[in-house]
Amino acid sequence: MPTELQPRAPSTPQIARANDGISLSDVSRAYRDQRGASVQALASVSLHADHGELLAVVGPSGCGKTTLLELICGLQSPDRGVLQCSPAALMPQRDLLLPWLSALDNAALALRIAGLPRAEARARAAELFAELGLEGFEAAHPHELSGGMRQRVAFLRTLLSGKPVLCLDEPFGALDAITRAEMQAWLGRALEREPRTVVLVTHDVEEAIVLADRVAVLSPRPGRLRAEIEVDLPRPRSRTDAAVIALRERALSALGLGAAAGQEMGMRTGMDSGTAAGMGSAP
Amino acid sequence: MKRRLVNAMPAIVLVAALLGAWEIYADSGATSSSILPAPHTIAQSLWSNAGLLSHNLSVTAEEVALGLLLALALGFALGVLIHLSPALRRACYPLTVGSQAVPIAVIAPLLVFLLGFGLLPKLIVIVLICFFPVVVTTVDGLAAVDPDQLKLLRTLDASRLQAFRFAELPAALPAAISGARIAVTVGVIGAYIAESQTATSGAYAGLGHEINADLSSLQTARAYAAAVVLFAFAIACFYTLSEVERRLAPWANQSRGDLR
Repeated sequence: MPTELQPRAPSTPQIARANDGISLSDVSRAYRDQRGASVQALASVSLHADHGELLAVVGPSGCGKTTLLELICGLQSPDRGVLQCSPAALMPQRDLLLPWLSALDNAALALRIAGLPRAEARARAAELFAELGLEGFEAAHPHELSGGMRQRVAFLRTLLSGKPVLCLDEPFGALDAITRAEMQAWLGRALEREPRTVVLVTHDVEEAIVLADRVAVLSPRPGRLRAEIEVDLPRPRSRTDAAVIALRERALSALGLGAAAGQEMGMRTGMDSGTAAGMGSAP
Repeated sequence: MKRRLVNAMPAIVLVAALLGAWEIYADSGATSSSILPAPHTIAQSLWSNAGLLSHNLSVTAEEVALGLLLALALGFALGVLIHLSPALRRACYPLTVGSQAVPIAVIAPLLVFLLGFGLLPKLIVIVLICFFPVVVTTVDGLAAVDPDQLKLLRTLDASRLQAFRFAELPAALPAAISGARIAVTVGVIGAYIAESQTATSGAYAGLGHEINADLSSLQTARAYAAAVVLFAFAIACFYTLSEVERRLAPWANQSRGDLR
């Protein structure tokens, strides 16, 4: 059966727009698993990202990251708390390109849905194809593209939705290490050209530090904010840079991992959801 | 071409072996040639009656083609309706399944009684037989669309209709044709039953009528020859639809090496 269409409560107009950004305060959300038991996915999470900011969310598996993105994209409503969101587009973990459409038609999907005629939608998507290194693959179907190219097409589809907020769910998780590094560099450049508010969910702490303005560290289920790390470093960042490594250690210790876990944890334990939320507020 | 020949080799060998065994058995005199003619007698009959048989084939082919197209259209439409409305699904599905249990050989003469000897009763029989696999594969095809895909379309603000158009319809169309591919072989049997029940006169009343008329006048070899034509026609239909499906949904055939 198709997924039933739910009312899009969080992004309905009566909820004030957070100035092309997102803001969650004390948001909790539970869902029912297959056996009908209630599972707390998020517990009192407060987060925000201002216009043009890239917020990375890291956490162990099952920390409610996907729930968080679905809340922001209006696919779910919070049980408690206040969520203020500009319209957001989702780039799912799997690229979910439509196999019967060419790369160009997939990229132009949002424009077609918005009501543009096919030729016009394709023309607008084609303009960005060269920029994203996809030139010459307009007519190729998804099964003819490499993993990295599919992700780029999926990103372009998300970008062309024209929404001010982009939610990227582990966009590079399924790629090999070399392609992932290329794609991270590419994403950085793409966002410089087309600034958006981005929520990047990732398992990869290093990726988060290299790309984000701020990194939110979530705890295992139920997801709570463990730490929020400001990344005030010039771009492009190298993963071997000492400052990047230091911040990575901080994030890892907040996750309860990493070489410095013992001492860092001691320092970080005071930083639970409530207190950490106030940190890192951008100017 | 060479690869195709290599691919067809097992089928050719099997058919040759079966024909050989049949030939030996028929020539041994264990049965009368009016009951089981030898393959070479059937081949001779096929050759000398080529005109008659091809005429009758064109009649049967027209019925099957029309019936299949109708079944495809009706089956697809019903599949879509069943998919979109759970109430309709509960209302129609049992009836649809039940329609397959209706003994066609009983229904066919009744239809003739009601509708006369024209094309219509034959079409109804063929459609009745063919539309069920189309409905089932369409419903399955529509339901097999990735729920995450539909979720994604929702984040792009797609309406229900747009989700249907961009995601569900293209997924279901090749599935429906796959159903038609299953249906066409039984559809040929349906055509035979319909013709043997409905045609009362005329030399060109279809292969089904031809087979029946020949059997009752002890022209067994010609009846077998007509059956061979019917057999070849069913195989041709099946592979034609496979090709149509492959053309329509090239993405779905990436990992499927069958039936070519």
